[in-house]
Amino acid sequence: MKNVLILIFKRSGASLITVFIISLIIFIGVELLPGDVAETVLGQSATPETVEAFRKELKLDLPPHIRYGAWLNDFVHGDFGNSLANGRPVSELIGWRFANTLFLALSTAMIAIPLAIFLGMLAAFYRNTLFDKLISTTTLSFISFPEFFIAYILIGILSVKFNIFPSLAIIDTNMGFGSKLYAIFLPSLTLTCVVTAHMMRQTRAAIINVLASAYIEMAEIKGINRLRIIVHHAFPNSLSPVINVIAINLAYLIVGVVIVEVVFVYPGLGQLLVDSVAKRDLPVVQASGLIFSIVYIFLNLSADILSMLSNPKLRQSQI
Amino acid sequence: MNNLIEIKNLYIEGFYEEEWHPIVSDISLELKRGEVLGLIGESGAGKSTIGLASMGYARQGCRITSGSINLEGIELFDATEEDLRLVRGSKIAYVAQSAAASFNPSHHVIKQYAEAPVHHGLMKYKEAEEEAIEIYRRLFLPTPEKIGYRYPHELSGGQLQRAMVAMAMSCKPDIIVFDEPTTALDVTTQIEVLAAVKEITEKMNKAALYITHDLAVVAQVAHRIMVLRNGRLVEEGETRTLIKKPKEKYTRELLNVRALRETKAITDKMDVILEIEDVAATYTGHENVLEDINLVVRKGRTVALVGESGSGKSTLARVITGLLPAIHGSITFLGKKLPGSLKKRKKEDLRRMQMIYQMPDTALNPKQTVREVIGRPLQFYFGIRGQKAKDRIKDLLRKIELDPDIYIDRLTTELSGGEKQRICIARALAAEPDLIICDEVTSALDQLVAEGILDLLQDLQNKTDMAYLFITHDLATVKAIADKIVIMLEGKIIEQGEKKKVLAPPYHEYTDKLLASVPEMDPDWLDNLLDERASTFI
Repeated sequence: MKNVLILIFKRSGASLITVFIISLIIFIGVELLPGDVAETVLGQSATPETVEAFRKELKLDLPPHIRYGAWLNDFVHGDFGNSLANGRPVSELIGWRFANTLFLALSTAMIAIPLAIFLGMLAAFYRNTLFDKLISTTTLSFISFPEFFIAYILIGILSVKFNIFPSLAIIDTNMGFGSKLYAIFLPSLTLTCVVTAHMMRQTRAAIINVLASAYIEMAEIKGINRLRIIVHHAFPNSLSPVINVIAINLAYLIVGVVIVEVVFVYPGLGQLLVDSVAKRDLPVVQASGLIFSIVYIFLNLSADILSMLSNPKLRQSQI
Repeated sequence: MNNLIEIKNLYIEGFYEEEWHPIVSDISLELKRGEVLGLIGESGAGKSTIGLASMGYARQGCRITSGSINLEGIELFDATEEDLRLVRGSKIAYVAQSAAASFNPSHHVIKQYAEAPVHHGLMKYKEAEEEAIEIYRRLFLPTPEKIGYRYPHELSGGQLQRAMVAMAMSCKPDIIVFDEPTTALDVTTQIEVLAAVKEITEKMNKAALYITHDLAVVAQVAHRIMVLRNGRLVEEGETRTLIKKPKEKYTRELLNVRALRETKAITDKMDVILEIEDVAATYTGHENVLEDINLVVRKGRTVALVGESGSGKSTLARVITGLLPAIHGSITFLGKKLPGSLKKRKKEDLRRMQMIYQMPDTALNPKQTVREVIGRPLQFYFGIRGQKAKDRIKDLLRKIELDPDIYIDRLTTELSGGEKQRICIARALAAEPDLIICDEVTSALDQLVAEGILDLLQDLQNKTDMAYLFITHDLATVKAIADKIVIMLEGKIIEQGEKKKVLAPPYHEYTDKLLASVPEMDPDWLDNLLDERASTFI
């Protein structure tokens, strides 16, 4: 156990360093953007004096490394600065939108992950049959189409033609849980189509890979039926690759939903990021970027730790 | 008494090279309660295929084409998958060669024991657990109440193999198929498993098929023996009769392998090729895997390095070749002190010390032809190319007794295991070394093929006066080839000396244990040994 704790500790440390490096990259990236923020915000009619004053107010006159230190320090303490566009605290802008993004991601994950694993097991069980090929073809098609295409098709059918679900996923805090779920049905379905395919194919491949092992032959010789072999013998040993692909897809659900949020006008963090880039609202862009990165790194870290723990050899190894 | 299983005129085919080929032809066998039938033959003889077929099981790429497999009145040849499933594990069970691979790494050992009886609806999980502990006790597993609640990787090879024998017993089947259950084990652990097999077949009155390539092992447990070759029956008979009076030439060859050869005397005056003084080595930095190693190899002689797995034999080879620099001590090769690390050694020193490996499959590049494999050291060490190289390669092929015209342009993948090992020898010879380190060179090969390799090595030594450092865990090989024996245990040399001294009384305690564990071609050997142990235990 001690050994695996050290491993986890090392891995977490590496993640922390990665976050730090990414914060640097984000800061430098934003710094390199052409044009002066103050000029852009104040417009062309501003006098040099006002621009200078505004720069001072934004502390843009200080050298970059000091501004970076101050920004990072504030960020760690939960102060993301103020928006340039409307002067409100960035944390206020981001907070509820990030919650919305999480809500959409988690509701999708709740359906997509079990569905993907179940379909993956079925495909492995019926491998090389018509059923397997049908599932593979369908999921492959979903991966191949761009997600906005799937989104518009779904809107076209379920919203325009049959008018079952709303085409705009607008939610607010006053809505009940049920109506929120109803509102996000289409974006959630779109995302499910996209991520299920990935996870299902990985599950199928991992299980089929394990099915060639000697202990699977042993289970067959013991007279165990095939369904139990898949669920009980093959699946636990294929967890590691499955956990990894789940983590990547979860991260995608949170970080990569920008397009889907825009298509459905969903008030999430992705939507905000796109708007802020257009408005050159740099504090918001920086903060959102860093939050996305942290989520991504955290999910990958969790995947690594979980796959370590899913292996009894690693779980119990001692020094 | 009625037969528990009757197999008649069994034919099995395998699919390879785009075609179905016969791999088992016209095999018939029967088995009564309390009887053990030994199936013996070299790899490719179809032993495992027959063993699996007795459960109506064919591996992927194999099919049972005709014949009858009658298991207690049930015909398995044309049974449905579901009917077969009901029989497997409950009426007939299987013990595989590699327990480490055959246990699911994700579940406790006892859970895997209980799976079959619970799944077949024979008992509740709790009952199965209790029975498992009882059987673990009968098979002399340490702490039988606790050992089942461990994961497979936490048990040793011998323990796992016995746990698998126990698992095969879980549904109280009438027949158990043992497929090379001791091949992967050290000699001392092999005894434990053989004792477990005896315990089951004799005291619990089960029938068994015992599959192995080792005649001495099967002689200990089987009542009758069938000798197989290329999927066909060579001969069949009572164990004692077959061993005393084999009818077929092939059986006699199997019996006669590893005839002893003359030992060459070693004197202090002979040239020292390699001298190791006070060497220690470590992988982790704080725990030494080798300590106090002192060893001398003399010209034209063979030193055998013997020990069980984990004793540090191969590590010592890594230290000598410089792959793992020693932390202290010195290695003197041909009168010169060698740097510890491979990178600092001179090309000439590298040339004069060559190595041959255990797995010829992985030691040869599958994309290269024989000419490229042997030509490379010629070019690297001597700069020989073109026609000169070709002549030299042909010469070397003749030395290893392979026809140059047939073999020179073959891909290494087109060779058999024994031929591959011969090519590895030729590659080592090409460098004209003074010392060849042979790391378990025969353990991946069939008995008769291994015998051929040993003869060849011996022959080459007589002609060229090379020295060999021969690493092995197989005492029969040691007896056959060594002039001097070095016995290792837990990273230390516990005894060394000329063969006739080490292998003659008074024995060192551990040497004695090793020697006593090597099965002899005497059907009473195991019984006597177990009796002896039981009496000393009391």
